[in-house]
Amino acid sequence: MKNRYSIFSLIKNAFSYHENWGKAWKDPTPKKEYDAVIVGGGGHGLATAYYLAKKHNMKNIAVVEKGWIGGGNTGRNTTIIRSNYLWDASAGLYNHALKIWEGLSQELNYNVMFSQRGVMNLAHNLQDVRDLKRRTHANRLNGIDAEYLNTKEVKKFCPIINTSPDIRYPVLGGTLQRRAGTARHDAVAWGYARGADEMGVDIIQNCEVKAIKRNGDRVEGIETTKGFIKTYKIGVVAAGHSSVIANMAGLKLPLESKPLQALVSEPVKPVIDTVVMSNAVHAYVSQSDKGELVIGAGTDDYVSYSQKGSHEIVEGTLNAILELYPIFSRMRMLRQWGGIVDICPDASPIVSKTSIKGLYFNCGWGTGGFKATPGSGDLFAHTIANDEPHKLNAAFNLNRFVSGDLVDEHGAAAVAH
Amino acid sequence: MFLIDCPFCGEREQSEFKAGGEAHIIRPKQPTELSDDEWAEYLFMRKNIKGIQFERWNHIHGCRKWFNVVRDTSNDKIKAVYKIDEKPPTN
Repeated sequence: MKNRYSIFSLIKNAFSYHENWGKAWKDPTPKKEYDAVIVGGGGHGLATAYYLAKKHNMKNIAVVEKGWIGGGNTGRNTTIIRSNYLWDASAGLYNHALKIWEGLSQELNYNVMFSQRGVMNLAHNLQDVRDLKRRTHANRLNGIDAEYLNTKEVKKFCPIINTSPDIRYPVLGGTLQRRAGTARHDAVAWGYARGADEMGVDIIQNCEVKAIKRNGDRVEGIETTKGFIKTYKIGVVAAGHSSVIANMAGLKLPLESKPLQALVSEPVKPVIDTVVMSNAVHAYVSQSDKGELVIGAGTDDYVSYSQKGSHEIVEGTLNAILELYPIFSRMRMLRQWGGIVDICPDASPIVSKTSIKGLYFNCGWGTGGFKATPGSGDLFAHTIANDEPHKLNAAFNLNRFVSGDLVDEHGAAAVAH
Repeated sequence: MFLIDCPFCGEREQSEFKAGGEAHIIRPKQPTELSDDEWAEYLFMRKNIKGIQFERWNHIHGCRKWFNVVRDTSNDKIKAVYKIDEKPPTN
């Protein structure tokens, strides 16, 4: 590795006041032709390129990104990583990702700050209790660590939660996945970009796809703001804009793009050392290493690409947060933002071939794609390289909307979508 | 957040309304005749347009009536509002 990061490189560069660090990735002009082009330079797209180069020996590939890498949902999410999904297909998919997360910093030689601080999901009514217990059993049968906690144990694990029985939505229990946690979202994009660049992948920023060239039932290339690029394999990982790209190829997807909001508070001393999610009141909170509370809100129910959501969504989330954590009542929120998430009718992703030869889609991750980044990239790379899905993403094909074999994770995945 | 001009009640905040998704998806006249592909198209496939979209809204915290809206989804600006039995504006 030409620029290996280590304690020695840190010391060496300290002598030159950290002014001579090499660039982590190049800024190439696009070639005329690639073996494959990935559309979308977020975490999933860059991971796809990384695994295509690393595991499938496809080096003549490019990632085209209309803005800057990691500037979309990768840089806008609340960085929660967990794999406690109900159904077998989802459990396999998300746990595959979690296993890669556990060794990712070492593999990329880039600190993605993966922190297994645990994720707790709260139950606020009897149905929640039944659902969460059922999910705990399902998780264990799939080899995923899961524990069910009663109210006392919830309080012990996270003492600042208000477990009083007389609040509007009392805490009746919760589940805990200790291997779950958070990671630094930007570092994930940058780490994969650096790794892919080193293996020869061209990462082309500020390059927007304008059209997809088709010849009958196969693709022949893409028209971009930096000219035409010839390729016979296009992997689209465009999150909220997936339908826009699909439309260019004359394809319709079962997606709706909606704004999802998050916000952070002013930084404070460590106060919450885990991630707590609440399905019923739709509020989740963790604390960043800087000390900010990172709070996730819900989606608006209308289609929008405007990257801003409604105020009452934030208000509703903060009401719930304050009832669960009265200690936060005087904290000030510093920043709020929205991302556009592409939601499938069954709240599960699409990692699939399409009816057009050479055109692949990785989309529909909705409100929870960040956690799957490494696994999604790995499996999508497999699908593109072999023109066949891996067994872990076979269930997440586009045809399930025709066959009816849906992977219905609405609510069951421990957070309301 | 934006205002919607309900054809029955007048201008109200968007939070009083429920979005009903893409408009003018017509329920098949003979559902038993449909192929799986046609069912998928009717049930799940959506245009999900970035730009001018025709959509349905329900004034759930008001008159509770359904109506149609033409909205630019790239900036949430509403171009037109029309009743459920009216033809969509052409311009």
